[in-house]
Amino acid sequence: MSAVPEYVLRLLPGVQFTLILTFGGFGIGAVLAVPVAAARRSRRRVLRLLAISYVETLRGVPPIAWLFLLYFGLAQVDIRLSSLTAGVLGLGLIAGAYLSEIYRAGLRAVPHGQLDAARAVGLGTARIYRHVIGPQAIVTIVPPAAAFLIGLLKDSAIASLIGVPEVTGLSLRFTQREFEGLAIFTAAGIVYFALSVPLATFARWAGTRLTARLVFG
Amino acid sequence: MIAASLIERWPEWLSPLLGGLGTSLQLTAAFLVIGLPLGLGFAVMLSAQRRLVRAVAVAAVELGRAVPVLVLLYLVYFGLPEADIRLSAFVSATIAISFSFAAYTSEVFKAGIAAVGSGQREASQALGLTHPQEMRLVVLPQAVRIVIPPILGWVVIFFQATSLAFAIAVPELLNEAYTIGSSTFRFLSVLLLAALLYAAVSIPASLAIDHLDRRRGPLT
Repeated sequence: MSAVPEYVLRLLPGVQFTLILTFGGFGIGAVLAVPVAAARRSRRRVLRLLAISYVETLRGVPPIAWLFLLYFGLAQVDIRLSSLTAGVLGLGLIAGAYLSEIYRAGLRAVPHGQLDAARAVGLGTARIYRHVIGPQAIVTIVPPAAAFLIGLLKDSAIASLIGVPEVTGLSLRFTQREFEGLAIFTAAGIVYFALSVPLATFARWAGTRLTARLVFG
Repeated sequence: MIAASLIERWPEWLSPLLGGLGTSLQLTAAFLVIGLPLGLGFAVMLSAQRRLVRAVAVAAVELGRAVPVLVLLYLVYFGLPEADIRLSAFVSATIAISFSFAAYTSEVFKAGIAAVGSGQREASQALGLTHPQEMRLVVLPQAVRIVIPPILGWVVIFFQATSLAFAIAVPELLNEAYTIGSSTFRFLSVLLLAALLYAAVSIPASLAIDHLDRRRGPLT
């Protein structure tokens, strides 16, 4: 076990890939979730059904199966993605489903009277969302979205199974050569733990900043 | 044309994939048998009066939640043999998934315990019950009812997490699909069928849980 600190250092090159997967996936998901949440609230039944199908399908199949479909599956129809692209895209599609539900809960938490009042003073839909609904919803959205981001950090480990050399993937490579599984994966656990603490702090900071800008900016 | 060639071999693959799904469900049963009592145990420890007991539980739960299941899986499978503990892939997967499941559900159980009214506790104390008796006879029976829907939600998520056992070659559903894919080079077709089988379990289960959650009236 004395080798643990050494392995922590040797795993550091994997951290950049772990972060690319986490933030890339979260970024795609955060954008994708906007139209999905909007469709879910739409008055049109078809749009609502499409949004529900998207969310249920993405959440009903294990994340690794999606990554395999993108990486190995699409190659069958000659669409070849790099393992990193497939990883970021797969995590992004999954994040889109989960985040849309988080957005929806946040929007639903805003009392309906706010919408009626905003309409009554003659605001258009864009301004209603920008100035009335958005600032109130964001307060409800940020905490679960931050928790999801930290969950995604750990879920990014599955990208090792399609060959992305992130923290878990590097650990596995070292293990196969050096037979020090206990020390190596303990080191990996330490790296994930060390990443999740600043990530939680960052999420809290970003949440406060965003709330401040939307509410007071 | 493409659609037809995608599904043409599904009938022949269905039987091995259903076998894999069987293994995934066995893993699910196994992590429930170990993980549920463990999660409840963690929750009771988290609500304990002794500081040391609470500290141990906090450390275990934080470990289980801060480290990816895949890393726990590798730690058990590749790490324990170095301490001369040799376990099969299935048992290793069960241990890692159970531990993670227990860590996540302990928070739910803890919230359930906290949701039982303080009047109930005071009444138990007034009747002269000891703290363990109060937990076992009064608090837990009520807490368990409160937590059933959210716990079932975690069960569905961890049913999907059994696919991680692919990484240590447990012959579960994803592994069977991957094996067929690598011998036929028809990854898309076979992975679609596997995804369909996962969805056929997960989606109805999630919908049933939502229904149960919405229908549940106030506790009496």
